[in-house]
This record gives sequence, C-alpha cells and structure tokens, in this order.
Amino acid sequence: MTSIQENSRIKSAEQITEDIFRLTLHAPMIVSLAKPGQFVMVKTSSNLDPLLRRPFSIHDVSADGDLLLLYKTIGKGTTLLSALTQGMSVDLIGPLGNCFTYSGNHDVCLIGGGMGIAPLLFWARHLSSGVTKPGTHRVLLGARHRRELQPVATAFQSLGYNVDLATDDGSLGHHGFVSQLLPPILPSVQGVYVCGPTPLMQEVANQCHEIDIPCQASMETHMACGLGACLGCTIHGSDGTYKHVCKHGPIFDAKEVLWTI
Amino acid sequence: MDHLNNQSPVDLAVNIGGIQLANPVMTASGTFGYGREFAQFVNLDAIGGIVVKGISIEPRAGNPPQRIVETPCGMLNAIGLENVGLERFIAQKLPYLRSIKCRVVVNILGDSVEEYAYLAEKLSEHAGIDGLEVNISCPNVKKGGVAFGTNPAMAQAVTEAVKKHSTLPVIVKLSPNVTDIAAMAKAVEAGGADAISLINTLIGMAIDIDKRRPRLANIIGGLSGPAIKPIALRMVWQVANAVSIPVIGIGGIGTTEDALEFLIAGATAVQIGTANFYDPGAADTIISGLTTYLEQHNETSLINLIGSLDTGVLS
Repeated sequence: MTSIQENSRIKSAEQITEDIFRLTLHAPMIVSLAKPGQFVMVKTSSNLDPLLRRPFSIHDVSADGDLLLLYKTIGKGTTLLSALTQGMSVDLIGPLGNCFTYSGNHDVCLIGGGMGIAPLLFWARHLSSGVTKPGTHRVLLGARHRRELQPVATAFQSLGYNVDLATDDGSLGHHGFVSQLLPPILPSVQGVYVCGPTPLMQEVANQCHEIDIPCQASMETHMACGLGACLGCTIHGSDGTYKHVCKHGPIFDAKEVLWTI
Repeated sequence: MDHLNNQSPVDLAVNIGGIQLANPVMTASGTFGYGREFAQFVNLDAIGGIVVKGISIEPRAGNPPQRIVETPCGMLNAIGLENVGLERFIAQKLPYLRSIKCRVVVNILGDSVEEYAYLAEKLSEHAGIDGLEVNISCPNVKKGGVAFGTNPAMAQAVTEAVKKHSTLPVIVKLSPNVTDIAAMAKAVEAGGADAISLINTLIGMAIDIDKRRPRLANIIGGLSGPAIKPIALRMVWQVANAVSIPVIGIGGIGTTEDALEFLIAGATAVQIGTANFYDPGAADTIISGLTTYLEQHNETSLINLIGSLDTGVLS
C-alpha cells in the first residue's frame, strides 16, 4: 500500500472532555489513499523529546480531504498535540497498515470501547456507502461516562446507524461493559469488528469464536516507525509467531491473535 | 561510477575500505529494513550506502513484546535480532537491493566464529553486495555467552574468520559497552578489518514504577538516538586516532550538523539510525546539507573535512 509524508494543517482542534480531543487535519494526499482501519504516524514535537512519532487510527475522513483523529492525552506526545491550535501544521506519515475488510451483503456489528471507537467511525462511513443499509448493521459503543461517549456516538447516528451505548458509571445507556451488549446481537450478525482495551477485545473475540463468527480486531502497541523497519511493534500470534502491528496489522483476524498473555 | 556528479561543484565521494560511496551518508542496520520500506520517503539511489538488517544463518523470531521504550531524546530496544535468515534474504530481499544504485552492505551476526565465517562465505557468492558489516555485539555461545564485542581477542578472531572466508570489504561494528574502545578498534584492525563502524547501542533499562516491572520483556535493551550522540562522538574520535583504517560514525545522527561533527572528529562516513524512524527522509536532508556546508565553507571536497578537528590549546 502507498503511504506518504504530508505536512497537514489543523482545521479545528476540539476538546471533548478534560482529556479527550478531536483534531481535524487537512491532509488531502493521505485522505485520498486512506482506507478504514489504517493509521497515521504523527509528529507531536518539533524537537527531540518526545523523539518518536505517535500512531493514531484514522477516525474519519471527509470528501474535501480532512482527516480526523480522536485521542486521549496519556503522555508527553498526546499532551503536546492537545496544545496545538487551528492553523498550525502537523507532520503526518500515512496511511499505514492494512484495513478492515468486508465481503458480501451480510449484517455486521461494530463494537468499540473508549478510544478504540476511533477507527470504527471511518469504517462505519465506508459501510454506510455500500449495498447494505446502515440501519441493518449494529454499532455498540462504550466509554467511562456520558460526556466522553455522547459526542462520539452522535457521529455514528448521523450516518444512520442505530447505536447501543454502555458506560462504566451508567450515565448513558447500559451500566457496564459494552461487551455485555453483544450476546443477544451476535446470532443475527455475520461479522464483528472490535477495537478497544485488550480485555474488551479478548472478550469479544471469545464470544465470536464460540459461535464461529468472523471477528476483526484493531490492535495497538508501542511503535517506533510504523514502516516495518524497527520491528518493535510486536504482538503474540496464536500460531506461536510474533506479528508486527504496523505491517501484519493493525487489523487482525481475532483468531490470529494470542489473547491469553 | 555515478558518484562523479558533474552537476555539483563539491565532491562528496568517500572510500570505506574499498567500498566507493557517492557520499558519506549511510543508513544503519536495523533502522532501515531492507531498503524497500523507505522507498516512498527517501531517494534510495542517492544514499551513499544501505546497511541492511542483521542476517543470521537461520531466521530468528526475536524477543517477546514489549520490545521498545521511548526515553528522553532516545529509545531503548530489545528486538532480539529478529531477521529473515540467510536463505530468505538472498531470495527475497537481495533482488530489490540490486535494483537500486546505492552501495549495499550486509550486516551479519552469529553465535560462534564458525557461523560468522559461514555467512561471510555464502554472502560473497552473490552479486549486489558491496561489503559486510560484522555485528560483534552478539554473545559467543561457545564462550559462555560473553559478547564478541567486549573481548579484544574474540573480536579479532571473528574479524580474521570473516576476512578469510570473504572477498568483500569487511567493516566491523563495535559495541560501546567496553572500557577501552581504542583497544577493541586496534584488535579488529589487527584482525584485518577494512573499516570500523561505531557505536552500536549502549545497554540500558527502564522500569514501570507502578508495576515495579522492567518495561522491556528482555529487561535490558540498547539505547539509541540523539541521547547517545556525545558518547558516540567521543568514541569515534578516540578510534579514529587509534587506527589507520576508515571509521564510520554512528550514534544519534539526525541532522547535517550531527553528521559534520562526526566527520570533523575523524569519521570517513556516517550512518543514520534511529532518526530514520521519526524522519524517514533524513538521509536526503543530510546529503544536501553536506553539499551546502561545503559550498559555504569554500571546500571542494568532503575529504578535506575528515578528521579536521583542531584540538590545539586555545589562547
């Protein structure tokens, strides 16, 4: 797959909660190449600390070349990113990695937890333009509380999806884990796409495995280059080999991942 | 040879122990894949030389995750020498490397002197390889796991074996994890090395204070990046003064200024390592930056710069 280095310009930098941000970058070249599930490597600093770029899933794209990132401030890189404002430039490399895949016209379920919701919006947008109507697919989203879930969920609803929600504190939707919403839905879908904390993805992978429904998981690891050179972004494969998230992924068939480590 | 670029008023060409480079900018082993990974970000034809990811006889799976940790102005890695192995390198990676114009150096690693010798012999049979770089930071399994690179006699023995079994120019890559780097350099020079590259990574570690666990699964790893540049520069200067074979400077080089420091200290060429991860076009930037520097300083040849450091007492 083709990827490029592009100096993007910030069109808007929204703060959703105290630690969650949504960045809209004008990056027409990367957007023209991007497929749902792929990621970009973002330079968060103009000096040498932090040294490495940060990987982010592509949250969404627009027809006029905008690329959206959804992220939580967890360290030096994301904190610096959150201080950037409209009009500033951000150096990107992308799109990188593989993408979600879908064949046929069956119904699927997208399930995301926390910042794992990020890659699913672009995927939902792509699916909504296909032969199957968005209304027949299912979207399950979970987060800590209403404030961080609602603004993100609205984007899926705008695409025509029926979205089921869960929050850790019960402030919106189901009070509990988003994976608890899956069992009644699972028999009616023929594919599942999951991204979120490892325990969520493991639980969803197990549920899908039990009744033999294909599941694709978007994986995250520490990553230095995103280009397949550093060999640092390793995860355990179920076949005993190591997989590199930037090259073999970030999207994996859940059966290829060893979840029990 | 296309290094004689008549368009430019300055000559960047250098010779590394028999390997003629169009310019002194190389990419370091383990930071540039097998070249192809960077084709979309840098002009591979214009780089002085690519040192490919270290090759062992058999493929190696490497270490379990977590393999990398970012540190201030640097990173630790414990990749564990993951590589495709000799056979797949020749079948799957070498054909592409042959198609690009720059020099190709193959980094080799082994658990015994015999393994290094075998790799040297086999790789010398194939067209498209301009030199070997011997990674002596590996443990010698037959000698209780002591790294070849920390014992002058073992380093010399590996160098002699590789030289004996190969017709290619041989670069030996030194580990900085020693007390006397000049002694290591002299040992590999005595072993017949055509050039020396340094430094490999410095051994370090990082701890997760909440879990009270090492951040790397391997507990310890190699530190690289701008954080190590002053140490690398000091060692390159010491080695350049200790031996008469060419020295290649490695360690935290990410800008033209970094490269110039190493050249002035006595390096005949430089390798860009960790910088490739965050700035994949760094080689292009540094090559053009060197030309600009020479023009601004009215130098016609980069060779005049090498080892030009003046350490005379300042009045």
